[in-house]
Amino acid sequence: MPRAKPKVVRTSLAKAPTGIQGLDEVTGGGLPKGRVTLVCGRAGCGKSLLAMEFLVHGAVRYGESGVFMDFEETEEKLTANVASLGFDLPELVKRKKLFVDYVLIDRSQIEESGEYNLDGLFIRLAHAVKAIKAKRVVLDSVEALFSGIADSAILRSELRRLFRWLEDQKLTAVVTGEAGTNTLTRHGLEEYIADCVISLDHRVTEQISTRRLRVVKYRGTSHGTDEYPFLIGEEGISVVPITSLALTHKALTDRVSTGIPALDEMMEGKGFFRGSSVLVTGTAGTGKSSLAANFTRAACARGEICLYFTFEESPSQILRNMRSVGLDLERWVKKGLLHFNAMRPTSTGLEGHLAVIHKLITQLRPNVVVIDPITNLVPASGSYDVKSMLVRLVDFLKVEQITSMFTNLTFAGDPQERTAAAVSSLMDTWIVLRDSKPNGRPRRELYVLKSRGMAHSREARELIVSKRGLELGIVLKDHPQATTVEGPSAVPGAE
Amino acid sequence: MKKSSAEKGPAKKSPAKKAPAKTSASDFYRLRLYIAGQTPNSIAAIANLKRICEDKLKGKYRIEVVDLLEKPQLAKGDQIIAIPTLVRRLPPPVKKIIGNLSKTESVIVGLDLQPER
Repeated sequence: MPRAKPKVVRTSLAKAPTGIQGLDEVTGGGLPKGRVTLVCGRAGCGKSLLAMEFLVHGAVRYGESGVFMDFEETEEKLTANVASLGFDLPELVKRKKLFVDYVLIDRSQIEESGEYNLDGLFIRLAHAVKAIKAKRVVLDSVEALFSGIADSAILRSELRRLFRWLEDQKLTAVVTGEAGTNTLTRHGLEEYIADCVISLDHRVTEQISTRRLRVVKYRGTSHGTDEYPFLIGEEGISVVPITSLALTHKALTDRVSTGIPALDEMMEGKGFFRGSSVLVTGTAGTGKSSLAANFTRAACARGEICLYFTFEESPSQILRNMRSVGLDLERWVKKGLLHFNAMRPTSTGLEGHLAVIHKLITQLRPNVVVIDPITNLVPASGSYDVKSMLVRLVDFLKVEQITSMFTNLTFAGDPQERTAAAVSSLMDTWIVLRDSKPNGRPRRELYVLKSRGMAHSREARELIVSKRGLELGIVLKDHPQATTVEGPSAVPGAE
Repeated sequence: MKKSSAEKGPAKKSPAKKAPAKTSASDFYRLRLYIAGQTPNSIAAIANLKRICEDKLKGKYRIEVVDLLEKPQLAKGDQIIAIPTLVRRLPPPVKKIIGNLSKTESVIVGLDLQPER
């Protein structure tokens, strides 16, 4: 299956796998083996956790024990970080998988008189490495040395010596540094660390926090310069390794039923293209979720796995509501074909949602994904950031050949005006739902505004939602947007 | 051993002063110098330290030299990262000086080398 991976140039540069989900993909195998990698970012961005995860996985999965030199007086934090990865720090230390040395420099206690070097640090590090035959080292964070040692000339020259020593010893090292305002790190460490620099960012915009990772430099590997969203979750860090690359996904020709036979009829008698993206818009109560649920039911009945992301209603609400219109989704949940995932749209930024969606898709390998609704994930402002994340999501789904359906709430008025252009341009098919009250009798209306690559009907039909499920009724001649031509239009569905 | 009270009348209370001429532990300096092999800085530090102590402490001191190349595990206890490092272990509080101790004034100030009266 073609998969959008960052381009990797195969050289003789060996890599040390980090074991961090998505990061090994983004770096083409891990961090440069036997070299020093700089991880920089502001406080709270996840540098210590990333460094610790690199060590823990190294020890537990790849047979490489590691030394953690902690310069920041954070024994509790380290123990908590390790616990969050599912391990017990004291136990790993006892088993000689990890060695932790707390290096504390209290400048108020220290006076300087004459020349010195940092051999003491070297000796402690060498002693630790020897004690557990370590292959990996973390220095977290080197910035603390700058506040502790007054003579910065000596410190810088010693740091250079230290990094050379680490390479001579063939240790794969991660050094963390605090982000600077005009430079990558506050004290310009990136000048000494030539091989690999990773930058972590943690932004809070409109009270929603988003985390991003960027490979700033990776000598010998052609890496994407993109920012990858990442999450800090139950198993540590997960990086979402997808990028908005060129549109290289293959267009499939198989078709899948919409779940309503009459709607399939409107689409050349066959329904949607497999792997296409479908947008369903409408004002409140027009039947968007019912349409999505019905589509899901039909897919499950074919034996396909469906992943239903719900951002407004709880799964049990959906199950109950759909039962009232004759859709039994519970049986598919029980059979393990239908999986719900409920989240509040504001619980995290779009990147966070993207990361969760990516993770679940990788785990469950669905054929169909529903996102209901996408409304609050895409702010009306349609900033570049958001659009780029959305493009990645849709791109990813297409590459995985997943047929996706997105519902979107619109307010009264022309749907083409109301729906963000960012969203509709990514969609292959756009179904518009509406309700109206001609002659006082309320009715629901459906029409296919566009559907790329097929001669779809331009008519509007009544949408009947009853205990028997969803059906299409008569053709509506008085619908403002649809044509009045009977039968499928001879004009191919261009937009 | 209070010599003072025998010499004069009721002793004037002076909170800053302790009983004079008492051989107490507060006079005695225990110093530990951490080195890493016989490097020029380390050799200079040893020589400088001996000179300063002889000059200022007149025998009321003990210098212990710890070579971390031989005993690396001892670096942790006193949190040594720079070499040479001089640690004043007694009298409390602990004080540290890093460097080859060529700046005598800094050493005196850093170690607070006025023996207590």
